[in-house]
Amino acid sequence: MRRFAVVLALSALSVSGVHADEAKTLADDPVVEERVQKLGEELRCLVCQNQNIADSHADLAMDLKKQLREQVSSGRSDREILDYMVERYGDFVLYRPPLKTTTALLWAGPFALLLIAVIALARRLRRRTVQAATANTLNAEEHERARALLAGEENKA
Amino acid sequence: MSRYLWPLGLFVVLIGFLFVGLSLNPREVPSPLIGKPAPAFSVSQLGEAGKTFAPADMKGKVWLLNVWASWCVACRQEHPVLVDLGRSGAVPLVGLQYKDEPDAGLKWLAEHGNPYVLSAQDRDGRVGIDFGVYGVPETFVIDRQGIIRHKYTGPLTPQLLRDDVLPLVKKLEAS
Repeated sequence: MRRFAVVLALSALSVSGVHADEAKTLADDPVVEERVQKLGEELRCLVCQNQNIADSHADLAMDLKKQLREQVSSGRSDREILDYMVERYGDFVLYRPPLKTTTALLWAGPFALLLIAVIALARRLRRRTVQAATANTLNAEEHERARALLAGEENKA
Repeated sequence: MSRYLWPLGLFVVLIGFLFVGLSLNPREVPSPLIGKPAPAFSVSQLGEAGKTFAPADMKGKVWLLNVWASWCVACRQEHPVLVDLGRSGAVPLVGLQYKDEPDAGLKWLAEHGNPYVLSAQDRDGRVGIDFGVYGVPETFVIDRQGIIRHKYTGPLTPQLLRDDVLPLVKKLEAS
């Protein structure tokens, strides 16, 4: 329990340190910070699943944000910075990976599924129309009964 | 009949996908650095004042670069495996002490044994970023020309060493 308290205290300490650092750089140059934020939203945080770097407070994400800040400040273009990240972490870091043979399934998959669904739906609808045209015809007796029902004569009978 | 087989077939396919998905490791990211030269760096060595280490120092040798830290929990599990490997002398093992304090690192090595030829210090994690490190421990296999041949994310196990790492090292040494 005491150990837990120590860990808690330490983590609180480290988190506050991180915030102070961030606040300082934020104040430095709002234009740079805005670009860092935008780039950070394009990049996946590798240690925390399904979160981008901009939103993450993980250690690695903080380091990568520091890198982004430095590179933005030194005047590198967004393209260059994203390439830098891809060189190290692969296409996986990009939330919008480029269209390549390895990512083709990723891009085309949903459309292929949609196509299959549309074809299946079309076939089903066609089958239904054919069925309706053939099976739903009434013979003379049924016609008579339907007419009677509609006229409300069934109840009296 | 096919009317009932259809959904069943679809269900089986779906189960197949989910089953494969379960066995995949979402934390495993293929490294784009494989087949590329190890990024150059020059940093000070742990516990050796004034000495630096650069990957170029290992040119001509097949070697392993193991990323570790005293704060890393999985490293604790991996360390005995590394100590055994260091003792066997099968392959030079260089440590990269990632985002860690020198004192903590030295204490760790004194406590658990030091399998490393040397440990390079990456205090601010910059070298780690160049190597695409995202989960410690990580181990890189680097060949005589300084090309990264393989990367293992997560702790090495005796089985992984025996079946994957050491055969690869042998192959690279022979070529």
